[in-house]
Amino acid sequence: MKGQKKQKQLGKFLVNLTLLILVLIWTLPTVGIFVSSFRNRLKIDTTGWWMIFPHREWQPVSELDPKALGLDPNGVMEVEGVSGTFDEFRAGVETSNGKRITWIGNKRIGKIEVQEQVWTVDWDFSLDNYKQVLGGQDFTFKRPDGTVEVVPGDNMVNAFLNSLAVAIPSTVIPILIAAFGAYAFAWMKFPGRRAMFIMVVALLVVPLQIALVPILRDYKALNLNGTFLAIWLAHTGFGLALATYLLYNYISGLPRDILESAFIDGASHFTVFTTLVLPLSVPALASFAIFQFLWVWNDYLVALIFLGGNPEFELVTQRMAAIVGARGQDWHLLTAGAFVSMLLPLIVFFSLQRFFVRGLLAGSVKG
Amino acid sequence: MEARSQSFLGGILSFVGRVLLAVSIPLISFYVLYLGFLFLRDSKAPREVIVLVAIIWGVGGVGLLYSVFNWFVEKLPDPWKGRLLPFVFVGPAIAILSWYLAIPTLRTFYISLFGRDGPPAGLNFFQQISSDSFVGLSNYLSVFTEDLMLEAFRNNLMWIIFGSTFSVVFGLLIAVLADRSSFEKLAKSLIFLPMAISFVGASIIWNFIYEYRPEGQTQIGLLNSIITGFGGTPRAWPQWVDIAPWNNLFLIVIVVWLQAGFAMVLFSAALKGIPEELMEAGRIDGASEFQVFFGIMLPYIRGTLISVWTTIVIFTLKIFDVVWVMTGGQFGTHVIATQFYRQSFTNRNSGFGSAIAIVLLIAVIPVMIYNLKQFREQEAF
Repeated sequence: MKGQKKQKQLGKFLVNLTLLILVLIWTLPTVGIFVSSFRNRLKIDTTGWWMIFPHREWQPVSELDPKALGLDPNGVMEVEGVSGTFDEFRAGVETSNGKRITWIGNKRIGKIEVQEQVWTVDWDFSLDNYKQVLGGQDFTFKRPDGTVEVVPGDNMVNAFLNSLAVAIPSTVIPILIAAFGAYAFAWMKFPGRRAMFIMVVALLVVPLQIALVPILRDYKALNLNGTFLAIWLAHTGFGLALATYLLYNYISGLPRDILESAFIDGASHFTVFTTLVLPLSVPALASFAIFQFLWVWNDYLVALIFLGGNPEFELVTQRMAAIVGARGQDWHLLTAGAFVSMLLPLIVFFSLQRFFVRGLLAGSVKG
Repeated sequence: MEARSQSFLGGILSFVGRVLLAVSIPLISFYVLYLGFLFLRDSKAPREVIVLVAIIWGVGGVGLLYSVFNWFVEKLPDPWKGRLLPFVFVGPAIAILSWYLAIPTLRTFYISLFGRDGPPAGLNFFQQISSDSFVGLSNYLSVFTEDLMLEAFRNNLMWIIFGSTFSVVFGLLIAVLADRSSFEKLAKSLIFLPMAISFVGASIIWNFIYEYRPEGQTQIGLLNSIITGFGGTPRAWPQWVDIAPWNNLFLIVIVVWLQAGFAMVLFSAALKGIPEELMEAGRIDGASEFQVFFGIMLPYIRGTLISVWTTIVIFTLKIFDVVWVMTGGQFGTHVIATQFYRQSFTNRNSGFGSAIAIVLLIAVIPVMIYNLKQFREQEAF
């Protein structure tokens, strides 16, 4: 019996350990970006972000002047009991007592450092990267060797606002239209009801790629391209089939007697819909709203095609993709920008996780 | 007599007034909405103002339209009211779905039968199909023979096989482990978190992991740092064309990272639905944990397994953003959707692009039908 208990404890320990490792692997990529977004630009570029953890690093304890020691950089030199050529000292020569002798600079005006390994953390954090990626103006950098470098910033605030202006209506409009439609399918009798509902379900299978070319032609003919209305309608069209289908499942399941007693009291369909059905459907509306919002906020393809030509209307995802393309090595902008773009989805995600899970279970994921 | 004619006149006046009102209110609301549209398109106001107006106009506009139409129909005499009201409710949904999905499917198919520029404008149907730009099914022939397309099909197959398998396996593994662990909620939240991140964001995150510096320099990417730490050679992994098609795996990892959380949530809910007695009975009969897992749990959640699998298969069939941002389809990483984009919008070959879209649709349909069936059986919401 005792052995069995021990085995159970061991099993639990192994389960926790394996899960911990998996969770670490899953979070590490995000943590890396998050930490880097606060690090100094030059540091990001030259050392790994994990240097924020305690590690041993060579740091100078004293300096020597090679001229005063009378050393000849062109031959074999002897410093502090070790000897080597100039190139060997450039790379650093370790002494027997754990020190390292390193030549800094060139042959003529260089100096020699005696270094020791010490435990250190690299905690040079600031909000500079965020200021840069949001601010839009140029930034001057002073390199350690004194040279000054001008780095253009990025104007993400504009993109962030645009994304808001796209995402909020693109979430509310399809839900409203779908809720009206779902109500009609569930509670009204009219000719063609069945055929129309079958059409909605059938359209669930159509990938949005199908629609891009024809819709782009329509927009060009209507002069709608590059406007908010164009992209709202596009997101509405692409999300509507799923929204109607899911909301129909929910609204048709509402208790019949509540609605019927409202009709007997003389309430119109519109009143019943706005005062009874909408409030009762809040859980379903919220679940779908979260998915539609995240989908629209994170969308890249639809924005690329319907807003593509107009830099003024650039969204967060487009802005980020543009930085990746043009300045893929500017990690200080990319890391901070990635976090700016993730901020709102993460807030939505953490505050509404309950609805999020509920929506997932109901099939809210656009394939 | 006097009184009657007066009430008659009053009746006419009130009738005319009602008609005028009924017509003018919708017209006024349309006009107000149109002014809002013009403001948003042409205004040079500060961005904050434009954004605020856009949100109010967009959200309020839809509400306004429904109210106005409803008000209009309510004014109609009874039989008409009953006949028209359902269409006020369902009409916008059907109209938008028709414009954005149903008709485009037919139009895209029609365009796919033509050359680069699609059907020539200004001609009628019969003139169009007898014109030189009508190429019949030859775009489809190219879709299945062109080298880059064959590469895209091969890569999409890899995406489907590895993407869905790894997502399902990791999702299931984590769900099972979390169920027995001491920090279930936290673990699930953290695994789940990438689902909130955009593909573009995820691409940046993973680009940072794969970041490559020439040998000898300090590696700032995690993967290359680990590899050089073990004495290996650093590489730009997704761009490593020598091992194509296997460099696709470095992109597929990203989607596994994003989708495992989705799989985990569904599996976790399904696992919690397994009656405890069922598993206890198995254990009492002497079954090991592995036997319980494969013999009892897996068959029990079979339905969920299939719906998760098919959802991710559809997802990987349509994969676009990750590839487009990470490699742009170079280094042997093109997929169907990136080819579609390249042909339709970069090469401006709308006939070929449309043919690719139709092929994508045909590939998605059977999986989607299977998926919908599964979700229906599970009684969602």
